[in-house]
Amino acid sequence: MVKPADVVVAPAIEMRGITKRYPGVVANDHIDLVVRPGEIHALLGENGAGKTTLMNVLYGLATPDEGEILLNGDPVHISGPADAISRGIDMVHQHFMLVPVLSVAENILLGLEPMSGPIFIDRNAARRRIVELGRRFGFEIDPDARVGSLSVGWQQRVEILKALYRNTRILVLDEPTAVLTPQETEEIFAVLRNLAAEGHSIVFISHKLYEVLEIADRITVIRRGRVVGERLPAETNEEDLAELMVGRGVELTIDRGTSHPGPVLLRVENLRVKDDRGNEVVRGVSMEIRAGEILGIAGVAGNGQDELVEALYGLRRPSGGSVTLRDAKVTGRSPRSMNEAGVGYVPADRQRFGLVLPFPIADNIVLTSYYRAPYARGIRRNDEAILAAAVESIDEFDVRTRSAEASARTLSGGNQQKVVVAREFGRDLSLLILDQPTRGLDVGSIEFIHRQVIGKRDAGTAVLLVSAELDEVLEMADRIAVMYRGEIVAVVDGRTADKNDVGILMATGGHGRPEAGQTGVAS
Amino acid sequence: MTRESPSARGALARIAREAWLVGGLPVLSIVAALVVGSVIILASELLLPNHAFDLLLPIKAYLALLDGSLGKESAIVNTLVSTTPLLLGGLAVAIGFKAGLFNIGAEGQFLMGALGAVAVGVAVSGAPPVVAIPVALGGGMLAGAAWGFIPGFLKAISGAHEVVTTIMLNYVARQVLAWAVTGPLAVPQSPSPVTYAVGNAAYPILVGRNGHLGILVAAAAVFVIWWLLYRTTLGFEIRTVGASSDAARYAGMRPRLLIILTMSLAGLLAGTAGAGVILGINHQMNSTFDTTVGFDSIAVALLARSNPLGVPFAALLFGAMRAGSGLMQIRAGIPVELIDVIQAMILLFLVAGPVLQRAFRLRGVRSDLGAPPPVPSEATV
Amino acid sequence: MDSLIHTLYGIPVLGLLFQLVGYIIAVIPPIAPLIMRAGTPLALGALCGVMCERSGVVNIAIEGTMLASAFTGWVVGVALGPYLGTSSSLPFGITPTLLVALAAALLVALLVSAVHAWLSITVKADQIISGTIINIAAFGVTGYLNTIIAPLSPTTAGNFHAFVPPKALTDLPGIGWIVAMFLNQGPIAMSVIVLVVVLQVLLFRSRWGLRTRAVGEHPRAVETAGIDVIRLRYRNVMAGGMLAGLAGAFLSMEATNQFQAGMSGGRGFIALAAMIVGRWTPIGAFGAALLFSTFLALGQVIGFNPPSGSLGEVVAKLPPQTWDALPYLVTIIILAGIVGRSIPPAADGQPYEREQAGG
Repeated sequence: MVKPADVVVAPAIEMRGITKRYPGVVANDHIDLVVRPGEIHALLGENGAGKTTLMNVLYGLATPDEGEILLNGDPVHISGPADAISRGIDMVHQHFMLVPVLSVAENILLGLEPMSGPIFIDRNAARRRIVELGRRFGFEIDPDARVGSLSVGWQQRVEILKALYRNTRILVLDEPTAVLTPQETEEIFAVLRNLAAEGHSIVFISHKLYEVLEIADRITVIRRGRVVGERLPAETNEEDLAELMVGRGVELTIDRGTSHPGPVLLRVENLRVKDDRGNEVVRGVSMEIRAGEILGIAGVAGNGQDELVEALYGLRRPSGGSVTLRDAKVTGRSPRSMNEAGVGYVPADRQRFGLVLPFPIADNIVLTSYYRAPYARGIRRNDEAILAAAVESIDEFDVRTRSAEASARTLSGGNQQKVVVAREFGRDLSLLILDQPTRGLDVGSIEFIHRQVIGKRDAGTAVLLVSAELDEVLEMADRIAVMYRGEIVAVVDGRTADKNDVGILMATGGHGRPEAGQTGVAS
Repeated sequence: MTRESPSARGALARIAREAWLVGGLPVLSIVAALVVGSVIILASELLLPNHAFDLLLPIKAYLALLDGSLGKESAIVNTLVSTTPLLLGGLAVAIGFKAGLFNIGAEGQFLMGALGAVAVGVAVSGAPPVVAIPVALGGGMLAGAAWGFIPGFLKAISGAHEVVTTIMLNYVARQVLAWAVTGPLAVPQSPSPVTYAVGNAAYPILVGRNGHLGILVAAAAVFVIWWLLYRTTLGFEIRTVGASSDAARYAGMRPRLLIILTMSLAGLLAGTAGAGVILGINHQMNSTFDTTVGFDSIAVALLARSNPLGVPFAALLFGAMRAGSGLMQIRAGIPVELIDVIQAMILLFLVAGPVLQRAFRLRGVRSDLGAPPPVPSEATV
Repeated sequence: MDSLIHTLYGIPVLGLLFQLVGYIIAVIPPIAPLIMRAGTPLALGALCGVMCERSGVVNIAIEGTMLASAFTGWVVGVALGPYLGTSSSLPFGITPTLLVALAAALLVALLVSAVHAWLSITVKADQIISGTIINIAAFGVTGYLNTIIAPLSPTTAGNFHAFVPPKALTDLPGIGWIVAMFLNQGPIAMSVIVLVVVLQVLLFRSRWGLRTRAVGEHPRAVETAGIDVIRLRYRNVMAGGMLAGLAGAFLSMEATNQFQAGMSGGRGFIALAAMIVGRWTPIGAFGAALLFSTFLALGQVIGFNPPSGSLGEVVAKLPPQTWDALPYLVTIIILAGIVGRSIPPAADGQPYEREQAGG
């Protein structure tokens, strides 16, 4: 929806020359941004470009080193989130700012609690207001539900309600659709359009090109801390935006070539796995992966994918079923045993599981093989061999670092993942398990890793790719398994799959209406 | 080999930073602590009635401290003897830190090590020294290791936080010693409770009047522990568990086993310290047998930033202070507990130094000494 | 009934367990006031722990705070006694001296916990280390000053006396001993149950309680809601510290009327165990504190009132040090048994960074 260029009305937000420096990096470099009332304005850029920092400045979570902010034409100094909120600005963050053990009402009202007297909270008034608020925007919400038990889509809604409760006029959303199904994305977009029609201004941070084109009234592209272009959706397309974002022509999809699947390498039969609380979250999963084939697992986060992958690598003991690798039963074997059997694993949380951040890169390169020759002889480590291997890997996988002995903490996200990849991919593998392999990475690193995965596939490895980015799964996988509530509810061909059909399967499990817990309230 | 050659400036900055962390900041912390100590001495003078206020009393006290620790050859030997248990205790706490564990149980492990040495020493007191000494020492090591094993095992199996369990075991150890000294090991009909002597299991004197074998044992331990931590796969595993137990599991290590092993090793080291005091100094145990090694070891480990090669220096500092405190009490009338205060102040300035430095805009390099090598972030108690 | 009990007691090995239970049931009512007295510092320390850790700050300096306050209360009483008088006809034996000394003790606790708060929140040092530093400093300073002062033969300022409830109440069958347990106490011990209830209600029903619990779980969410995380944490740690100070004052001004070096005796750490076993709730912590203090009291009493029968024979063979060690052993056993199922606040122990470099 294109609005007439209303230059007479003062812009809702004007940021002039905002500069913010952190040690070693200029996150925002003299950025100008203008957002009009009733406008949905997209802030587009790669991971690490500076979009979140800019909005943190607006929200008072960061103080700019230079520049000024004007709200409705008046210069303001925003001293903190409380100040921002009182000025009508609120932010829905990429990583939810919700307290899992508290209820929906408690989370939404935190900071602006309705009181009965000076000390105690008026819980009934709280409940009423929440239900009312939800109804106004079209959903039934249970104010006493524990937020931790809600599905991700519903947590997103609670986050938005939080902002609306505070009478915001300016709403900032940071990567709101990262964890939503296509249908949930549409629903959120409808809510946003309603808000815009009522006069709210919305800043929509994203790195997803087609979404930005669909929802935004205007687009500002940021690259490496600077504004590199402004566009109206009607005047641009994905290629143009991608080039602005990255600074060069970009292959939006890599050529995955044809795959030539061989014999079945991994066979999972009726696998059952419990989570940390003892609930069964993998409920009889069966699947097969052939050599030279990529099986993608699509599903809303929290349907058992993490536990499935952990069980396959031995980090979690299955409670039932079996796993067979190349005709050998490997159910419940330890991570080291799986590693030695030729299984590689790139974990979702690379900083927690995949790397020891304080340690040198060299130690991280041999993290799973440090005890074997040539890196050790008996109990004694062989430092020269470790260093040599590290140098070689750094070179081969193009890890940008000053030295192999630098701590892994000094690497950027993309380079950290390259270290993990170098370690796992640098040997012959029967099975490669990847969990969210490109989350939070810049386009260049994403391209690199995707190419490496294709390379492994072509070398005959069976690849299991779990990703919350449906696009990534559609792009890479030969077959796609949809996981819903601990079960594989469908397996479709990767090249012919329809995105919306897969999205519906992710949200409903093929049962028709979306069930509570998937897009509904507490189960 | 490197992608870009490190700039000279960058390298210089790194060296400066390291020098500050290892030398500058600790020295400044010590000086600041001594200043605080002086203030306390002066303030406490005001508390005493009929006492002429002596502005120079802190100086006298510190000079006596210096004299008592380094003044003459016998003082230096005393310092070495005092340093020995602190060195081993410091290693015990440091190795715990490396694994992400807070070993506050060095005191109990020390006491049990002493008990083990006495018990076994008495049993082999008649054997030739070349047999009796290692066996008695072994008894002490085993007892200390057992006292470290318990909290390690409990943590690995049930997650019980080692801060509480080790402190509880410190108190239990005192009771065990009280029982042993009045019960099974007691010399009958003795006016005050005392055990038999260890006879031939006593450490030979190597230097001066009282410089015993334990000094060499401690020195050897430094290199053994350093080699273990930095040159072996086991040491790599211990350090990895301390840095990130999640990554350790992913790497195929067994964090629970490593926790048990590390705590047992820590107990063994502290037990060696206790054994050393019995075998090298007391030769028997009585009901006043006690130690300050518990907190001292923590101070040593923190000052040395858990680096085994730094532990001897930190231990020397506190050992000197402990050794000289007696003379300080005699000459200046200052109670020996002042050393505890100075110790706490050194740690306070070490830990808060970088923040204070920024607050007062002192020249300096940014330091990451907000905490020593990683302690688990689920460090809840 | 009696013959049933007799048979149960007679079973080999298991019978000892029944005898033990029987002994405990029999011996508790008369020593109930003693249990409450022993439990007071534990409960207060545990409440301090709850306030701090619910806000996300680990506080192992409870022990040092207790010790510092115990010393301060005693020494201020000693100093002011000659001037303000030490005899009283008021209930609880309250004198101006004692009140001023109590205030001083609480003030010192406030200062000590302010230092811990500063080290943990602003300096962002590891919180166990900062707590340890405070403990060492407290032991050192109090030990040092005590060594200087003790030879001067200071006269104590006395202590708070216990209230004696009317016999009509304490003689009530069945619940009389509970009345005695809570009412036959000095002012500080009596205040414990009030504090427990107040804290429990506030933590779960008040605005402060909601914000505190949120801060301990997800401080960034609280900050983005516009609440000052740092200020909330400072206040809670300092207020909680005053509870630990109250525990210290209890030790030297109510339970006894003197100070001994190290008199906190590990209670600060047992209090932490009580907090964990009590799942970080005030009522749970109180219950756990009473559980631990039961064993403390049992240990003291068993010498005077040993069990009979085969259990008595076993008990007589155990060395006397067993009873002194008992509370510590019990703490370890209970902690190991329960910890797996007791989950601390999610952000406990993690320093909070206001600004973060983002993309």
